[in-house]
Amino acid sequence: MEPILNVKNLTMKFGGLKALDDVSIAIEKGQIAALIGPNGAGKTTFFNCITGIYDPTGGEVQITPPGKNTQSLKGLKPNYVTERGVARTFQNIRLFHGMTVLENVMIGRHCRLSSGIIKAMLKPPSQREEEKKAVYDSYEILEKIGLDKYVNEMAVNLPYGAQRRLEIARALATEPFLLLLDEPAAGMNPQETKELDDLILWLRDNENLTILLIEHDMKLVMSLSDWIHVVDYGKKIAEGTPKEIKANPDVIKAYLGEESDDA
Amino acid sequence: MPIKEQLKQSLIFAFWFMILTFPIMVIKVNTIHNTIVFRWANLLWVGVLSFFASWLWNYFLRRTEARKKSDVDEDVPLIHQLLQNNRFRRPFLGLLAAFFIAYPFVFPMYHTSIMISALVYVMLGLGLNIVVGLAGLLDLGYVAFYAVGAYAYALLNLHFGLSFWMVLPLSALLGTMFGILLGYPVLRLRGDYLAIVTLGFGEIIRIVLENWDEFSNGPRGISDIPAPTFFGHQFNQDNTMIYIYFIVIALVLMTIFFVNRLENSKIGRAWIALRDDEIACQAMGIDKFKTKLTAFALGATWAAMGGVIFAAKTSYINPMSFTIWESITILCVVVIGGMGSAVGVIAGALVLILLPEYLRAVAEYRMLVFGALQVIVMVFKPDGLIKSVRKVYTFKTSQEPQQEKIAHGTHT
Repeated sequence: MEPILNVKNLTMKFGGLKALDDVSIAIEKGQIAALIGPNGAGKTTFFNCITGIYDPTGGEVQITPPGKNTQSLKGLKPNYVTERGVARTFQNIRLFHGMTVLENVMIGRHCRLSSGIIKAMLKPPSQREEEKKAVYDSYEILEKIGLDKYVNEMAVNLPYGAQRRLEIARALATEPFLLLLDEPAAGMNPQETKELDDLILWLRDNENLTILLIEHDMKLVMSLSDWIHVVDYGKKIAEGTPKEIKANPDVIKAYLGEESDDA
Repeated sequence: MPIKEQLKQSLIFAFWFMILTFPIMVIKVNTIHNTIVFRWANLLWVGVLSFFASWLWNYFLRRTEARKKSDVDEDVPLIHQLLQNNRFRRPFLGLLAAFFIAYPFVFPMYHTSIMISALVYVMLGLGLNIVVGLAGLLDLGYVAFYAVGAYAYALLNLHFGLSFWMVLPLSALLGTMFGILLGYPVLRLRGDYLAIVTLGFGEIIRIVLENWDEFSNGPRGISDIPAPTFFGHQFNQDNTMIYIYFIVIALVLMTIFFVNRLENSKIGRAWIALRDDEIACQAMGIDKFKTKLTAFALGATWAAMGGVIFAAKTSYINPMSFTIWESITILCVVVIGGMGSAVGVIAGALVLILLPEYLRAVAEYRMLVFGALQVIVMVFKPDGLIKSVRKVYTFKTSQEPQQEKIAHGTHT
């Protein structure tokens, strides 16, 4: 079976700098995969290349949505990538701070709604129905993520951990089959990280999502991931199960520098 | 801050002000007798007044700061409380309607004329609010679309004899078209760059109108623009003013109606998302270009209709009515009224346009008072006079979700 996300020889140059150099990653359906690497290794650039925020210099990005044919994402605008079922969250939280929590999720519904400007002005029954459904669907997603108590709060007033969860809720609203999480646990306390751990597992098992996450919290990565890819200086240096990665000398070198005797 | 510190700060301020105004408030040179008069009493007045002014200023500033810190649940503006409260809503709107209906019959024509201007600005403000307040695109050339509307009526009437009622919808279309025309090339820009380009666009329109004599009659403008008729019936001058007044009221109501619907629709949410975070907005599946373009186009639509009213009311237009200052005034209406807040923009337009007219009593200081007022509003109410309030959704089906939640909770 085709991998759900198949990235081949992805290269991204910024002027003379090669942020990504010939990176190939394949992710199977239902996997929780992690992308790790030291700071500045090119992890977020990798996400940006897949989701269309950057147009990669070379290589190929292919997806195979469940029950559909393989298609290329390379060069597509971010909104089309999302429409095809790849959703993401951001490393630095990017919520819409002028909106309520519910509206943030409703934005995620945007590409699944059909009413245009004329319908918005005239409000025929079909538009009312759709709008009502969008509100209800969004509320349901908030419930699943456990944010329903904040429904009418301004997004910016939420506690930090809840803001991160709201980003996931918003991504979920776009009906993805593949979810890219960029450091979802950054800045969270242990309790929040534990809840996040449960949430990600729940997303995979109950929402049938495939998940690729960037994370620095090694405990979370090791306990959660089925498969780990390691990048350093824009190059992929290893991949394998958490156990294999832990023992891989290249990875240890990348993280800790040269091995020293007293380590 | 301890009271001693406050005293000290205000004293320093007063002292500084006394030095600053010394040359103009105290020294008086009599050039005829070659003498200098020192008016020391003035110095005292300046000192005392600036001391209290500074005290008050700091007091209100601290209060605003404190309120910002203490309240997580921001207070909802009074007018929204009135509008949301079912008991007060109807009487309040009823009173408002009664006032605006009675207005032209109670007050002399001069006041009706001013009110028409203010209401045209309400339309313009609500239109620009889509572009600036909701979509967050700083447009300094908005007046161009206003000019498009006004000239559309004047020229179409002059050459083809089209009536007001025919041009009104046509101008809306023209405005939309021009909005797209401007919007298209500037899609990639934002912030300051966008502001400069739109500023240029506004000026281009004005300069073309000023110099293309054969087309627009140049700086001489176009006169004898007919007033709207009522099914072919032409009113006398006073009644025409009242008639236009009610047309504007109807158009303003229509604007409020449609803009409100747009704001709470899919496209309105997309605008706000675009304003808050362009990248996240795209990542949520929103087409950035299309969203920007619709904001420009719809904003321009109302401006063009406002232009038609303006031309019909003044019966004479020339390019001087469409300078950059018009754009700035409309922008002030939006910013001071409250970005993204329709109620705020309406209040802003009424205050900003009516106030200078009624400040004619203190004619010489009119613009000074006006400017000071704007500064004060921005310092103490940075969100504008009436800030925007997002729609609160209530869940009628709350029984169902709650049960689901409990079920969900017990399973996990």
